[in-house]
Amino acid sequence: MSVPYAKLPAWVDYGLIPLINLIVAFLVAGLVVLAVGESPLRAASLLIEGAFGYGEGIGFTLYYATNFIFTGLAVAVAFHCGLFNIGGEGQAYVAGLGVALPCLWLDQFAPWYIVFPAAILGAAMVGGFWAMIPGWLQAKRGSHVVITTIMFNFIASSLMVYVLVDVLKPAGSMAPQTRAFAEGGQLPRLDWLLASVGLDIGGAPFNMSFLLALVAAFVVWVVIWRTKLGYEIRTMGHSPTAAAYAGIRQSRIIVITMIMSGALAGMMALNPIMGDQHRMQLDFVAGAGFVGIAVALMGRSHPVGIIPAAILFGMLYQGGAEISFEMPQISRDMITIIQGLVILFAGALENMFRPAITAFFATLGGAGSDKPLPAAE
Amino acid sequence: MNDIAIELKGIDKRFGLVHANKDINMRVRKGTIHGIIGENGAGKSTLMSILYGFYQADAGDIFVDGKKIVIRDPNAAIAAGIGMVHQHFMLVENFTVLENIMLGAEESQVLNAGIAKARDELRRLEHEYELEVDPDAVIEELPVGLQQRVEILKALYRGADILILDEPTGVLTPAEADHLFRILEQLKSQGKTILLITHKLREIMAVTDEVSVMRRGEMVATRTTAETSVGELAELMVGRHVLLQVDKGPATPGEVLLSVENLSVRDRRGVEMVKNVSFDLRAGEIVGIAGVAGNGQSELLQAISGIRRAVSGKVLLQGEPIHVTGTADPSELRHRGLAHVPEDRQQMGLVLKFDESENSILGYHDDPKYLNGVFLNIDAIRKDATDKIDKYDIRPPNPRLKTANFSGGNQQKIVLAREMERDPAVLVIGQPTRGVDVGAIEFIHKRIIEMRDAGKAVLLVSVELDEIRSLSDRVLVMFDGRIVGERAPDAGEGELGLLMAGVEDSKEAAQ
Repeated sequence: MSVPYAKLPAWVDYGLIPLINLIVAFLVAGLVVLAVGESPLRAASLLIEGAFGYGEGIGFTLYYATNFIFTGLAVAVAFHCGLFNIGGEGQAYVAGLGVALPCLWLDQFAPWYIVFPAAILGAAMVGGFWAMIPGWLQAKRGSHVVITTIMFNFIASSLMVYVLVDVLKPAGSMAPQTRAFAEGGQLPRLDWLLASVGLDIGGAPFNMSFLLALVAAFVVWVVIWRTKLGYEIRTMGHSPTAAAYAGIRQSRIIVITMIMSGALAGMMALNPIMGDQHRMQLDFVAGAGFVGIAVALMGRSHPVGIIPAAILFGMLYQGGAEISFEMPQISRDMITIIQGLVILFAGALENMFRPAITAFFATLGGAGSDKPLPAAE
Repeated sequence: MNDIAIELKGIDKRFGLVHANKDINMRVRKGTIHGIIGENGAGKSTLMSILYGFYQADAGDIFVDGKKIVIRDPNAAIAAGIGMVHQHFMLVENFTVLENIMLGAEESQVLNAGIAKARDELRRLEHEYELEVDPDAVIEELPVGLQQRVEILKALYRGADILILDEPTGVLTPAEADHLFRILEQLKSQGKTILLITHKLREIMAVTDEVSVMRRGEMVATRTTAETSVGELAELMVGRHVLLQVDKGPATPGEVLLSVENLSVRDRRGVEMVKNVSFDLRAGEIVGIAGVAGNGQSELLQAISGIRRAVSGKVLLQGEPIHVTGTADPSELRHRGLAHVPEDRQQMGLVLKFDESENSILGYHDDPKYLNGVFLNIDAIRKDATDKIDKYDIRPPNPRLKTANFSGGNQQKIVLAREMERDPAVLVIGQPTRGVDVGAIEFIHKRIIEMRDAGKAVLLVSVELDEIRSLSDRVLVMFDGRIVGERAPDAGEGELGLLMAGVEDSKEAAQ
């Protein structure tokens, strides 16, 4: 049979291999820390302490994780259709408009629970629209989404600079950002959630968007594995020939998938805009769209994997900030290197250790691996 | 000894469980045109890829000019004087002829000197072998015949004394093919050795000096072309297999359920693969389409089932037209009672990464009985899959097992169960038993005959002639995109073989 790494037990595939990749990433990162003359052990303990050691740290970790759940889901949905949506960054950025405009219109006289649904809808629609164009170009004109979504990131970036500087910036202000939202444009924090386990989130902007992210993860699972649409998306992703045979309209599925992907990326904008800053600022996405790619890879495009992967990256963001604060030798850029290493090993090199592990399990002799499934003759 | 250009000894190659080349021995004499024929999948291309260094043989030796050599990659083959003209050209479309010929043989980082030298050399080659091409023409603007000439020049430029041509006439018009053969004669007269791979008997008879026949990975015979006949080669190629015994009564054909009129279909490259084909298919009969693979059967199936758009023609399903040149779509045809078991079950008929139950609804996933509104009704799907597993004896009987983990025969049963249990009026089946074990073959054949006896119209396409003969009530032979004849299934194998090889008037020829 030509399926190379077929029969690993699920816990190895979804647990052990990502864990090994992660450990290797941290070992290499440790060497980097060592090279600048700091103690890797102390850095590691600072990282974990900073991310999980106290209420506010946990609050920040989960705040960052919220961003990455949305963008990770966005990338994962497209993966299931065999599409590589690199444009989460731009889709989330433009979707900021879908969040900010309802807030600016409604925040003075409507409560947050009215504004929030409007903002969710706005974010999803604008993000979905921004992804729909590359999707349509792919479906109808064969323009590769990898190229077009990258290009749309740049267009988004320029567009948002224009909108923030020339349209939304209040007169007389020096900062390229909207005015601050009144109470209706501010999402409640989830301090009660952590308080219920005895933690105080302090100033951490951990907010309602996190719950929305969890709901989105569940909805993605339902759509992909439990609906006719998801069935068609997965058929397309695994075998376009089989999809053609089944009579699945490929261009329709591509466009719909990209809209869903863009809508998920777009909802990320809720978290920083309504949940934290209470205004829309320049570059509020801050790379979350790209981190989503690593999150989706690490989480195997499955919501159950994406949530922990997103929390891991949230930890790196929060704990990393903590390290650079405590260890002057380690700059903010060093943290980026460590995050890059995790992306490298968990994402790009995710199959590096797989052959060795497969061989190892094969030598265990029948331990789940060589069970004689009556395979191809 | 010295008049042997290439000698292969005991070449053996497996791809996983497929034994592509079994202990091949072959000698090619210097300065001759040596043909290699065989059906698609007989192992010709694998053998040539080993000779050209794309693959390594698992066992066996290669001798060139009497010296044993190891060919690890195409560079080694080129160094040994072997050049290859591929079936699908390996040319850079937006480069000129000259640039393509130099590619990989530039000799230095600065091109200018090389260009001048290459131009002179090209001119010399063109004269010597009468292979005129404008060196500054851009490849994509040249007709395929000339592109092929560039491929030949490329090989000669690299000093090839032995040229391998893989199905060179597949993309050529008859006139271009004739021209190619004249070129080959010319090359031969200059002392080059040529290996011509084809499944077209006529070409073998027209240009080769010797011919080797491959069948199912084995080299079954080598003949001097002048001393053999088309009939003998056809028989060697198709082989005399034991006729599988299938119990079936006489057919009782009823009304016409599928009517194909003047259908023409092009493949992806734009080559016309189905040419003006017409036939009727009646309730209660099995019509077999025999033919060597690659003569348009696949495109015919795809057009009838709505996967590939036809160029022209009409198809009527139960008297109602199918819009084959436009909007026909497979799911619409399924609703109208046409079920399709595709030739390529692994790429088309199944999604190997899905579990069994997911594949048991492929194409029928919009049926309300598998759905709760927009949601999949997983219980109903698994229940349905389990019923089919029981009825078709699919093993292992686990609807949640990944499809890739089923054997070929059981995978095919998954597809058959899905398509047959819909109770279609017309069943279109391609290669029902390709890669299927013997036990499953019998089961599948029985089911197909049961469909016929239940009054369905069955269109069967297979490259296995004995399968066609044992199942069909009528046999249509397809060659080069046309139906070249209709025969009763008990017509002689030699007669059918000749028709399949495109020899007209096979009745006389066989006598």
